[in-house]
Formats: sequence, C-alpha cells, structure tokens
Amino acid sequence: MTVRDAAPATLPALLLAHAETGGARIAIREKEYGIWQSHTWAQSLDRVHALAKGFAQLGFGRGDRLALVGDNRPELYWALLAAQALGGIPVPVYQDATAGELQYAIAHAGARIVVAEDQEQVDKILEVRGQLPAVEHILYKDPKGLRHYAEPGLQSLDGVFALGRESDGAGPLSASLARAAGPGTNGPAAFRALVEGIGPEDVALISYTSGTTGACKGVMLSHRALIETGRSFLQVVPVGPSDEMLAYLPMAWVGDTFFSVVIALLSGAAINCPESVETVRADFREIGPTVTFAPPRIWESLLAQCQVKIENADWLKRGVTRRLVGAAMQEARRTLQGGRSTAADRVRRAVGEPLVFAALRDQLGLRRIRVAITGGAPIAPEVLEFFRGIGVNLTQLYGMTECSTPATVQPGNQVKPDTVGPPIPGVQLRIDETGEVLIASPGLFSGYFHDPAATAEALRDGWLKTGDAGLLDPDGHLVILDRAKDVSHLEDGTVFAPQYVENKLKFSPYIKEAVALGHARPYVAAMVNIDPEVVGNWAQRRQVAYSGYTDLAQNPRVADLVTDEIRRINELLAPELRVRRFVVLHKELDPDDAEITRTRKVRRRFVAEKYAPIIEALYDPAASEIAVRATVRYEDGREAQVSRSLRIYSLDPVGPVPVA
Amino acid sequence: MLNGDRGPRLRAEDVLVRFGGVTALSGVGMDVRGGEILALIGPNGAGKTTLINTISGVYRPAAGRIFLDGREITGRAPDEVARRGVARTFQNVSLFGGMTVLENILVGRHIHMRAGILASGIYWGWGERDELRHREAAERIIDFLEISHIRKAAAGTLPYGLRKRVDLGRALAAEPTVLLLDEPMTGMNREEKEDMVRFILDISDEWAPAIVLIEHDMGVVMDISNRVVVLDHGRKIAEGVPDQIRTNTDVLRAYLGAAPAAVPGAAR
Repeated sequence: MTVRDAAPATLPALLLAHAETGGARIAIREKEYGIWQSHTWAQSLDRVHALAKGFAQLGFGRGDRLALVGDNRPELYWALLAAQALGGIPVPVYQDATAGELQYAIAHAGARIVVAEDQEQVDKILEVRGQLPAVEHILYKDPKGLRHYAEPGLQSLDGVFALGRESDGAGPLSASLARAAGPGTNGPAAFRALVEGIGPEDVALISYTSGTTGACKGVMLSHRALIETGRSFLQVVPVGPSDEMLAYLPMAWVGDTFFSVVIALLSGAAINCPESVETVRADFREIGPTVTFAPPRIWESLLAQCQVKIENADWLKRGVTRRLVGAAMQEARRTLQGGRSTAADRVRRAVGEPLVFAALRDQLGLRRIRVAITGGAPIAPEVLEFFRGIGVNLTQLYGMTECSTPATVQPGNQVKPDTVGPPIPGVQLRIDETGEVLIASPGLFSGYFHDPAATAEALRDGWLKTGDAGLLDPDGHLVILDRAKDVSHLEDGTVFAPQYVENKLKFSPYIKEAVALGHARPYVAAMVNIDPEVVGNWAQRRQVAYSGYTDLAQNPRVADLVTDEIRRINELLAPELRVRRFVVLHKELDPDDAEITRTRKVRRRFVAEKYAPIIEALYDPAASEIAVRATVRYEDGREAQVSRSLRIYSLDPVGPVPVA
Repeated sequence: MLNGDRGPRLRAEDVLVRFGGVTALSGVGMDVRGGEILALIGPNGAGKTTLINTISGVYRPAAGRIFLDGREITGRAPDEVARRGVARTFQNVSLFGGMTVLENILVGRHIHMRAGILASGIYWGWGERDELRHREAAERIIDFLEISHIRKAAAGTLPYGLRKRVDLGRALAAEPTVLLLDEPMTGMNREEKEDMVRFILDISDEWAPAIVLIEHDMGVVMDISNRVVVLDHGRKIAEGVPDQIRTNTDVLRAYLGAAPAAVPGAAR
C-alpha cells in the first residue's frame, strides 16, 4: 500500500486509489435504455484493467497512440485510461468531424488503434482507411449494423474486453505482470504493476486544437501537467466526491478531458453520460449537476431557451417574469461592478426567488448547481448577468489546451465582469511588449506532436504565447481583449475587436452567429445567422410561412425583427462601433464548410475570402442587394448550388453621432 | 433465428380475393424466407396492400392458402395471425396520437403480455416483473431506432417521418418472425429515406425476420431487396432478383404502358 503514501502522479494511479479507498461509490453513469446505469470506481477499474490487457494483446504498448471517436460514453473514457495505463497516448477526435478531418488527426497522430462508438464513426474511418496506414485495429462499441462488415482489424470493443479477461495466465503481458506483482495477479494488484510502469512525465493525452488559423496541431500534455493544473484549480474551485457532472461536451475538446477525467479523478466526483445528443437537455435536468463547465454558446442557448419560454407564457407570467428578471440582471450588473444591493433589491429577490428564479433554475436543470463555469470563448456580460441574476453563480475561466485548460478562474466571490479572473496557484501571467498574454505554469504542454517548429514558435523562454491580446487590471485579474491578430482598426483609427461586437449581437436570442467586419473600413458591418429554432418558433406564432432556413432568413418580417434587435444592441455599443449595415446570411456558418471551428469560433480569414462579394456590398453605399451562388455541402458529402439574392439592410446611426 | 433450410417462413398459394365483382387478387403466390427482404411492387391498385391485408387476416381469401412456417393460417382472425408472429406497419400511420412513443411501443407488445387484469392491478409481484420485462424490450427498440429523445413525446405531435419510425417500432415490439411494411418511406425526404433504409437493413441483420416491403421508390427497392414480386391488376406478372426485374419487359409495360429502356429510378 505504498501508492497512497505519495499522492498518485498519473491518471490511472488516481483511478486505482479511488477503487481501493472508495470502490463502492459511483464513478460514472450512462443513461441507456431509459435508465441511468451506474458503474462504481471498482467496476471502472475492472473495465479499464480488462481493456488495458486486451489492448496489450493487440500489440498496443508504450508510446503508441489510440484514437477515440464518439459521443461521451463510459467505454470511451475507460479506453482512454486503459491506453494511459499501458504508457500509450489517447487521442480523442471530434465525433462530428468529417471523414477527411478524422483522417488528418488520426494519420498525424499515427494511431495504431481507433476506438469508434458506432457504425457512423466506423464508416467514416473505413472511408479514409487507405490513407491511415498505421491503423491496425478499429474497435467499435455499438455493433448495430456492423454485423456483416468483413474488414481486417475491425472488431467489437466487447471482444477486446473478453480478450483482456482471457489473457490472465497466458500471453506476454500477464507473464510480465505475474513477475511484477507476484502471486494473485488479478484485481488492483495487477493493475498496480501496470501503473508503476508509467510516470508523471509520460504524455497522457494528445489533444488536437480546433485551430481558427488553419491546420490543427496535436498538443501533448503529460500526466504531471494535467494533474498539477487540476490540483491548482481545485484550490480555487472546490469539487468533491459528492459532486455530479454531466459529460456532454465533445471528448476531443480539452475542457471535457479536464473536467470529466482529470477533475473527476482528483475529486472523486461522479460523471454522467447522456443518452444521446438529442436528449442532453432532458438528461441535464434529470441529473441536476452540481458542477458544470460549458462554453458560452451553451449558456447562450440555455438563455435563448428561457427567453422562448417566457415569450410563450401568458401575459401575466410573462410580465412578472420579465420585470423580475430585468431587475435581477440590473442588480447583478451593479454588484458585479462593485456596487451594493439595495433594500429594494432584497425585497425583489425575496419575491422573485419563489415566484420565478427557483422555477427558472429548475427548468434549466440548474437547481442543484454549485459551480457553474464558462470558458473557451468570451461570454457576453448580459449572459453572465442573467445567470447571476437568477441565482446561478456563473464564473469565467480562461485558458487553452496548451496549458492544460485553466490559467485563470474567477473565484465565486470575486467576479469582475470584464475580467476572466486571477491566475490559479502556480500560474504566472505576463503581458509582453505587443500586448500579448504570456503564461508560465507547471501545466504547460510538452510540445506539439511531430511539430518542433510550431512548438518553438509557441514557447518563448518557458512562456506560452497565447495569441490573445490582454492586460492585467490593478487587482491582477486578466482582461482579454480579443485574439491578438483579430484586433484591428477602423479607417479612422478606432480600435475594433470584432469578437466584442459579435458577442453583443449574439446576446439576442434570435441571432445565433455573427461576423463583425470593420478592419480599415469606415464603419462596422455584420453578417448574421438567425437562430432557426427561436426564429422558427417566432415565425410560427405569427403565422409567417417559410420552407427552410434560407427562406426564413430572407423573410422581410424576420429582417424587421433582426433590424430591431440590432438597433437595440447598438445602444449598448460605443457610437463608432455600432453596426451600420448588415446582411442575414442565406446559410448557417458550418464547421463542415470550414467557416467555423468545431468549437464554434469564426475562421475569420476564410470567411472574409469566401464571402468577399457580400462584404464588398456591405461597404458599397449603392448596393441594396447582392446575388449569391453558394455551394452547400450536405452531410452525405453531396454538393448543391443555391442561388439567392440577399437584401442588405442599413441602420440609421442611433442617437447623436459624434462629429469628429 | 435464421430458419435455415426449413422452407419459407411465409408462403402464399394461389390467393384469390374478390370485392363484389372486382377481383383484387387472382392466383397470387409467393415465398419469403427468414432474413430475406422481398419487395412487392406494382402500379397503384395492383393489389399490393390487399395481399398484405390478406396475409395479416384482415381479408379472407375466396380461394388459396397462406402458411406460416408450414402451418396454415388462411382465414384466421388478425389478432391470431399477430400472435403467431406477423407484424405490420400501415400506409397511413396508425398510432395512438394522445399516447407517448413509449406507450405506443408497449402497445405493440400486448401479444406478449401475460399478466391479467388482476395481476396487473395488484402490480407487485408478477405484474411488476411482467411490466419491467416489457419496458426493457420497448427500451431496446427505442435505442435501436434512435428515438430516445422523443420517448415521452405524444405520438400525435411528432413530424410524419418520426411517426413512421414509431409505427415501425410498434411493429417490432411484437418480436415478429414476419414483418410486413406497407410503404414505410412515402412522404419522406431523401435523408429520412436513407435512415429508414438503414433501419430496415439493421432489422434484417439483427433479427432476420421475413420482410415484405411495399415501396414505390425503385431506387430503394432495387438497392435493398433480395427478391422482387411485381403485381399488376391483381396478378403476379414477374418475380426475381432486382436485376431480372429491371429488364423485364412485362414490368416495364405495366409501369409505363410501353417498353422503354429501363424501369424508372432503376438507373441511379
């Protein structure tokens, strides 16, 4: 029992420690067949151990890479830990990526084993298998539809579990295990022998960044980097064994690995895997997580969902809710800016809590929420105010894959809306002469996989260049302005951060995505995507007929709606940053078309090129319409031409325009 | 569940159906084996649905015989035919609109429900065990057809494509050995059709029932069926593998009045 003397230094060692000290507690649940099926830490260890032995039987070993493609499933998390236990490196890949994107990451990582969730993923891999010479085995979790596939190396994950269990007493692995662990090689003892073979400096994960700039890079993170970052984070945000988290964000996003694997293993919190992508909201509400981490788009969509419900309520409920929520947001704004709650606030809160706020939180599945964190992209202050107003202590986190996720986090009691909080313990921040944020921490990555040039570019004397422009406020809290390369200037020299404008626009429930333009231009213009669900609901209630997204987007009444929204939002912006002209795009920006990343960040350069004619028209005072012929790629890979004429809308500058 | 070489699972011999003076089917016969997908095609009014209705016991044939695993079921009542393992979907989806998807699928299990009013009413003990067993079977179908997100939605509120899928789920819930699908893809867009085709193939893979499929989309028919039977004016005018049907001049004449180059949709 020496492992417990020193703190476990690798993720599989942490799993072992949980299985030994609290083996009967729930480690992970999955909703399947309509029921939450639970697995304890001891069972998880057993599965990971069996898989590790199975992988070893397939010839997988130290330093080898194992790709994971699929939704959040216990089996995929077990495979991740099993690969690590053998000294191998798991490489989670975006489950909604196209075959071509999968091929890039899997080929670049040189994965020998691919663990795929189901037929959909297997089909994608098989489509590009010719370009994946290193892949020897493709293992699937769900056999549906795969019964008659006769593809070399394709077999079920269940088969590998069985292979692992049978391997006791035979095969090269168990021979070495028997030597290392002595008699009774089953259970924890045998697994201990395995984890003693790996060290904290081993690479624990290769995470492919979504890359707004082009080809993605494989970020290598060691066990030590992940665990030390996790421990620092837990000093600021305590998470414990009684906490519940829902694992519903892509496994390939480092944020999921950090919370669902690292934080779960460090804290002993339980992970819950939803039944399917479509049921996430219902599952979220059923579980009622106590800890949740989500990018702003999730919070925005929760807010939009709320606004639709309020809109659809009868006049009395709608009036009361709007008034109380509005007041609560104002109070949140004041207290965030250092003000104090007034007696009137407290009265309103006392009335609002039982009448509205508790019900809203319950509807959103936030009834038990204790730690709510947003990160991955900047969040609009209004979204923050809404959630804080209804009693959810939403805080911000800033970080990136290259520093094991968090670099700064707002402690629950020190939230300043314009900042992303102070650095977590062990992290140092510096702003260089160009205004770029630099990070030094024990959680820094070990380099980009097979890309020393990019590594050298990202690291300078032990400092990580984040690519974000920012500054430190007097209290040492970090303020992020925008991506350093995106911060630009209007024609008259006004500093223009497109993301800032876009986030304001996206606060409208009707606007899902926005691209703000203005670099070296006389004014700010925008291309927006409407939210098909919310606007569709709006149209239905007003009996506005439409056939599909393109039709709805170009509907004149929808245009009026969007115009009013932008006019309202303009009032929140400095006069020179107000949107003067805009166009509602004929199609949604789509990661399949490379317009946004899988984590929904706009690929500016690509969009600027692709939509150049539209952008020109936005700055051509004579243009009121622009014809577009777009190639739309469907999910099954077919392409079609859509031609459409887009109206360009102009807004009169609202309020007095400053005369320069 | 493959019945190997034990003969056809479903067999119709010389079936004759008359409605007053109209002869809807005359002398139609066919065999379907377990694991086989047999497509039943023909112009409107050819008698395709009549044949399915006759097999499932809705109509009583004036002559001819129908066998299930070699045992005659001619003229049996629909509920008895269903109990013997024949399930079907309907051209006009027939679900209980006010009931949830889960409840509709559970209805499909009624032929397997053993607990009587008394046992179900008391619930604890036998009734409970029975209910759990059926719920689990229904959940497996929900998982299989990927409709977990609408498990608790009222069937009547669903879009058409999903209602068709639930209808299929209700039929599957009976654990049929013969599955009769009456135009499961009408009114669907391309994507929905692709999904449905995939589900039919997966069902065939998973449980290997004898499947009789009525469908007008020739692309689908030629793609997924093992054999095709062509009806016209109540008679069988052709039978064979898709490639034979594609070039059969009788079939072309029945569909188009003359004999052009190919069956519509056959060239994809």
